[in-house]
Amino acid sequence: MTLAVFFGCTFIAFGPALGLFLFTVLRDPLRIIILIAGAFFWLVSLLLSSLVWFIAVKASDPGDEPLQKGLLIFGVLFSVLLQEAFRFLYYKLLRKAIEGLVALSEDGCSPISIQQMAYVAGLGFGLMSGAFSMINLLADALGPGTVGIHGDSQLYFLTSAFMTMVMIFLHTFWGILFFHGCETQHWWEMAAVILTHLIVSGSTFWNPLYVGSLVPSYLLMFATGAWAYVLSGGCTQNLLQSLRAERDKPPARILRVHQELSPSAAPCLPCPPSGAVSWDLQLPSLQYHFSLLEWGSPDLSLLEAGVRGLLQPGSSQQTV
Amino acid sequence: MCLKRKDLFCVAIIGFHRAVPMTELSAHLPQFQHGQLTENFPDNHLSNTNDNSERRRHDNSERRRNDNPESETNGQPQNRAQQVVEQDEEDEELTLKYGAKHVIMLFAPVTLCMVVVVATIKSVSFYTRKDGQLIYTPFTEDTDTVGQRALNSILNAAIMISVIIVMTILLVVLYKYRCYKVIHGWLIISSLLLLFFFSFIYLGEVFKTYNVAMDYITLALMIWNFGVVGMICIHWKGPLRLQQAYLIMISALMALVFIKYLPEWTAWLILAVISVYDLVAVLCPKGPLRMLVETAQERNETLFPALIYSSTMIWLVNMAEEDPEAQRKASKSSTYDKQAAANQIQNEDADMDDGGFNPEWEQQRNSRIGPLESTPESRAAVQALPSNSQASEDPEERGVKLGLGDFIFYSVLVGKASATASGDWNTTLACFVAILIGLCLTLLLLAIFKKALPALPISITFGLVFYFATDNLVQPFMDQLAFHQFYI
Repeated sequence: MTLAVFFGCTFIAFGPALGLFLFTVLRDPLRIIILIAGAFFWLVSLLLSSLVWFIAVKASDPGDEPLQKGLLIFGVLFSVLLQEAFRFLYYKLLRKAIEGLVALSEDGCSPISIQQMAYVAGLGFGLMSGAFSMINLLADALGPGTVGIHGDSQLYFLTSAFMTMVMIFLHTFWGILFFHGCETQHWWEMAAVILTHLIVSGSTFWNPLYVGSLVPSYLLMFATGAWAYVLSGGCTQNLLQSLRAERDKPPARILRVHQELSPSAAPCLPCPPSGAVSWDLQLPSLQYHFSLLEWGSPDLSLLEAGVRGLLQPGSSQQTV
Repeated sequence: MCLKRKDLFCVAIIGFHRAVPMTELSAHLPQFQHGQLTENFPDNHLSNTNDNSERRRHDNSERRRNDNPESETNGQPQNRAQQVVEQDEEDEELTLKYGAKHVIMLFAPVTLCMVVVVATIKSVSFYTRKDGQLIYTPFTEDTDTVGQRALNSILNAAIMISVIIVMTILLVVLYKYRCYKVIHGWLIISSLLLLFFFSFIYLGEVFKTYNVAMDYITLALMIWNFGVVGMICIHWKGPLRLQQAYLIMISALMALVFIKYLPEWTAWLILAVISVYDLVAVLCPKGPLRMLVETAQERNETLFPALIYSSTMIWLVNMAEEDPEAQRKASKSSTYDKQAAANQIQNEDADMDDGGFNPEWEQQRNSRIGPLESTPESRAAVQALPSNSQASEDPEERGVKLGLGDFIFYSVLVGKASATASGDWNTTLACFVAILIGLCLTLLLLAIFKKALPALPISITFGLVFYFATDNLVQPFMDQLAFHQFYI
């Protein structure tokens, strides 16, 4: 076990999550707090479930191997249910927090929406879950040893890293799905989250038959990811446009422009049919219809340039 | 949410007297032979002074902005019209938004201190080696029976706490009778010891761990530079970041000394008892720390420099003078001019001299509401700054402050967890998250109650609960899960 294994597994497991954290959470203090509180809630759920498991183990015969494994499986399933229960509790807490933020803000708009909170909360759950699964392994990977010397799988570290990565993503997507389900009273979304969580954890019972655990988990991750993306207001057009965007502007800028013009709109962007955002602006004497010419670069200056470009030559120019 | 009407608050935490316990060299010497040793008494608490803000609100209401970083990134337009809103809502909204940013301003240094301590504990074996005990914990824990060990640790904790209480009362008495020179001398000696002696030992151990050859001349030069710059930054003026870095480093050094010299059960007991003591000392009417706070407020003085970590530079406050008497006598116009000039200066030293409270600043502000509003040069100075300076002026001005004792005890908890836990990194991580959440809750309580609050109890309680729970309950569970490669 070498440094290469250590760094490789660290970045496989935590690289995407670190990217998500650095680019979306780190700049906003409120999101950092929500992330850490999410991690805390996951931790409390783990504590309670391990308490239950511990009591069960202490009350049983330690020498009986199948029983112990059965108790462990029970522990895992109970822990999954408890994690989802705590996700629900966290949703309730965040709802109250949003109500407070809205009540206290000047314009009735909370600085952070429930969808963003859902994403950050899911990420918090995921990061803590991944950290608890992976950190001790990584510490051991730095030390001496041979993986699988007693006949176990040699891919232990690698598969653990991949499993951790998929769990982090899954928690993030589950967060979005779950909160959306709670918001819109779509109980099936919440049930789907619980079910997929149980399936993913259950699939790990097939380890070390990794094809039985990693493949379904990744498939479920892509499925839930796509579902969460759709629920958050995304569509294929957005995806293609963002991939083809010449300038790498973060979508939040588009969000801001959009909200400036229609503050009551939902934070999720509508999907324009032609690929451009268009709206009408009523000015005292003239009516302008203009559109964002370039989807990927919603600079206000560019907007202005676009507006000016649409004006007829010779007419009075209005500053947008 | 039943937040009361309040204004931007200055989260000030009473300074905490750093501990300079005896080192191994002097383990057997009685305390007074050294004469220069300071004691550790954690008067850690958060407090806020918002009375001044009540007045400021009137003239600053039009300058209040709600465009802080989070609202910008979340799509709020940056330049709103100056809205006249209910004082309550404005205050509360600003409080909350202010609170999030300043919670993070405290998270970062606390995290950094913990990271330094844990990194050192994990790599330098010196700090986990048993090399005797402090003179304040004379009873050994290598006993035959569990009962004897428990008794010894209880006695150790009792002795340590009584020493701390005595020292705190001594400090309050000295302060009450205006023996400022003694206090300042005391603090300077303790800083000297920390910056030179303990860092010398630390550096030596790090070199030993990594087998780095070093000559005494280079070492002397390094330690000298480190120490002198540290003394200047902490006790006088310096760049804010450097000052913060030094405070974090000395907190980490202190925490490492505690981790090394306190035996296990004693350490946990001391942590628990100190939180209780902190709670009592800050909240009870006759508590020493509360009396300290009230005396300082009565005299409109700042509290001791170099005991408080400050997260921001003060824009409009001028606290250049160290001497509290001089501050009181400073003429209003001269300090006001300095304030106007200080708008442009990023490197205001006032944050350190500002102590926890700024009651004097508050008084000056109160008396200066008129001229502050109407003087064109101050407005020009403020408006000349970048666009959201008017908004940031208020929160920036009232940065968050946390006593160094809080840093030290948080780091002791996490360091001990990483040193002695069987769950190892899981326990460390759990304690870390617990402490951060405790800090968050404490700041929330501060926003609600608006008075001096102890920063230790909630965090340490969470930390202790999570340490024992994770070590004994979660670790076996996670162990079994990792063995079978199950994922929850």
